[in-house]
Amino acid sequence: MASSHFKKKTSTKQEIPTASLPDIIFMLLIFFMVTTVLRETTVQVRTMLPQAEALTKIDQKRLVTYVYIGPRKLDGTRLGETGVQIDDALVEDMGNVRTIMYRKLIEQPKLIVSLKVDQTSEMGIVLDVQQELREAGTLRINYSSKRELPM
Amino acid sequence: MAGLLKKRKREEGEIPTASMADIAFLLLIFFLVTTTIDVDTGIGMVLPPKLEEDVEPPPIKERNVLKILVNETGQVLVEDQPSAIRLIRDEVKTHIMNEGVDPRYAEAASKALVSIKTSRETPYDAYVGVLDEVWMAYFELWDSEARRLGYADYATYTAAINEQGGENAIREKIKAAISIAEPDKQ
Repeated sequence: MASSHFKKKTSTKQEIPTASLPDIIFMLLIFFMVTTVLRETTVQVRTMLPQAEALTKIDQKRLVTYVYIGPRKLDGTRLGETGVQIDDALVEDMGNVRTIMYRKLIEQPKLIVSLKVDQTSEMGIVLDVQQELREAGTLRINYSSKRELPM
Repeated sequence: MAGLLKKRKREEGEIPTASMADIAFLLLIFFLVTTTIDVDTGIGMVLPPKLEEDVEPPPIKERNVLKILVNETGQVLVEDQPSAIRLIRDEVKTHIMNEGVDPRYAEAASKALVSIKTSRETPYDAYVGVLDEVWMAYFELWDSEARRLGYADYATYTAAINEQGGENAIREKIKAAISIAEPDKQ
């Protein structure tokens, strides 16, 4: 009686089944592939963001349109004069900001404009862009900034 | 001869799947490394709507406006007095919570207004620094108001409001009224 009992125990497999391991890994892989957002635009201006404390998060990324303001990146590390970029092109004429933003607002009425402005930029160009945004009716803006590092 | 045939039959046409997990792991690690889950953060603002030509802006009492000026070098004037960026927060708080006591500050929290004026040459980070301090003043006032009502902080208060579906009384009492003034024309 006792010996047969022992025999039964030793006959059970002590291995964890690894057949489903690839499936589990593939699940994780697919999750990361789906959530990864590859940057679709190349930023042609330098945007070193300022630091701030009173930050709010933008959760809904699909509502956001980015406006980049900063010195233009020239070849090498040289920087040119301040430029304004929306999507993947520099905006040469400030009046075009209005039409671009107006079209975007029709597509997405809850549009948030995230202003990624370089620290060293002057307020004049920022205020000009804001004036154009007011004309277009895109009133929700966000001054993109980084969290202040604790001293 | 016959033995050779037998051997062939025994061979099974399977692809070895032992390395499948390793390959998947490699891909997984690649995506783990390349994924940047960066949440966009920034200072939120709502711009005033475009003014109609024939509509006059509503009259605002001088004492309800706290004027902050930022010049080309990032120096700050608060109500025409030289000040520093780190002093703005307290200045804004006393202005809003004055409740008509000091004639230099606002009559009531709901009427208080903060105006930030820059010149066209003001560096952007100076402007953001000032704006940040003003917003922090509002955040701290909302937090203390929420604590007065018996909540841990303003975030728990808004969460409770969203659940119950009521009016946000704190925002009604202390409105975030920040105006960005146009620079003077040269």
